[in-house]
Amino acid sequence: MSYGVVLFHTTYGALRAEKLLTAAGFKVKLIPPPREFSSDCGVSLRIEWTTVEKIKAALIPLNREIAGIKEAPMLS
Amino acid sequence: MVLIYLDHAATSWPKPPEVMKAMAQVMECTGGNPGRSGHRLSIAAGRIVLDVREKVAAFFGIGDPLRVIFTTNATAALNLAVQGILQPGHRAVTSSMEHNSVMRPLRHVQETGVRLEIIPSRTDGTCDLGLWSRALQKPARLVVVNHASNVAGTLAPLEELARLAHSAGAVFLVDAAQTAGVVPINMKRAGIDLLAFAGHKGTLGPGGTGGLVISDDMDHCLIKPLLFGGTGSLSDKEEQPDFLPDKLESGTLNVPGLAGLGAGIDWINKRGIEVIRAHEKRLTSALIEGLSLIKGVRIFGCLDPERCTATVSFDAANRSVSELGYRLDEEYGILCRVGLHCAPAAHRTMGTFPQGTVRLAPGNLTTLDEIKVALRAIETVLKP
Repeated sequence: MSYGVVLFHTTYGALRAEKLLTAAGFKVKLIPPPREFSSDCGVSLRIEWTTVEKIKAALIPLNREIAGIKEAPMLS
Repeated sequence: MVLIYLDHAATSWPKPPEVMKAMAQVMECTGGNPGRSGHRLSIAAGRIVLDVREKVAAFFGIGDPLRVIFTTNATAALNLAVQGILQPGHRAVTSSMEHNSVMRPLRHVQETGVRLEIIPSRTDGTCDLGLWSRALQKPARLVVVNHASNVAGTLAPLEELARLAHSAGAVFLVDAAQTAGVVPINMKRAGIDLLAFAGHKGTLGPGGTGGLVISDDMDHCLIKPLLFGGTGSLSDKEEQPDFLPDKLESGTLNVPGLAGLGAGIDWINKRGIEVIRAHEKRLTSALIEGLSLIKGVRIFGCLDPERCTATVSFDAANRSVSELGYRLDEEYGILCRVGLHCAPAAHRTMGTFPQGTVRLAPGNLTTLDEIKVALRAIETVLKP
């Protein structure tokens, strides 16, 4: 499985996105942000990379809270 | 002795059992620090805090829960807004009925060069819109008023004041310490830019909770942080983040307290804030009617339950308010607050400075029978 991560400005952004995406049927998981991408102490959202475009569309309401979306081969 | 608690304007008591249960649950099972780690207990704590942010946002009619900034009380929220917005040279306008939680930060910034104008209210605590209209023909940076006086319960006409504030180019800040949880508030509809609330009064949470709610439309860049520090975000940077809530919310939050606040809001939503308001109007009406029949009693405020909260202030000819308060507590178990209620400006406006008043402030669980018992006790204590 190929994974990516969505990075957020705040933990609350990650939690809101998790709630929204889970309700929409996506398989996501809150994980500590990989150090390669972020120095934040909180959480990021692991996503299945094949769904990234659909996830981007679903997350439009939370765009302001997103700090980045990255492919994460180290999680595979 | 059975206690009759008439000090809800200071803090609500007792709290619903659900509030205690929610707090204990956090202490026992969800001990992590929200936003500071990636493990399950930290995430669980983060979920609780987000849940309460969403409840608070919905409760006050805003859409974005990240615009709810949690603070330790209404005073901290008011300080954040007043000191965070006003800079030397700015003009601020307020009323003469404010609590010191508004007056003291305003007096502090006045010393740094902020121009402060205090619009006199009428002696019954009501606001003279003609004076406000004239004062706000000139530009201002901030207009701050309480939604209800903590001394006389008098409600402010928020929608009119918001319109006048915005016409002067000002941010409209409302101190809702006395109304959050007992009077419905919709920030969008009322035109409120910033709302400061206490978690431990009408919203039935524990002490140590409160917040500043920022409207969806307000530019939060107008507010500078008062506290700087750890947020869990941008940990590689030594500068404060510029996004909400982290920009204005440094340091670990009171998660058990916030869980209690969330349970308090649930309790209010379940009972219905309109039902609570109607009940409190009945209690206020009974208090005003009963007190007006007691010889020597002077009641302050607008004496109209439609235009005030359940807070009634009175004094009695030739009797000190401290003696009245002491005897009501000692002899009858009736708990109220006497004196100046941290609001010297309001008492000056009403003509009760410096002696103060006796304040009776029932809450949503107070019964009409308790009001009757309290009125009989006051009558007995006041007999010559």
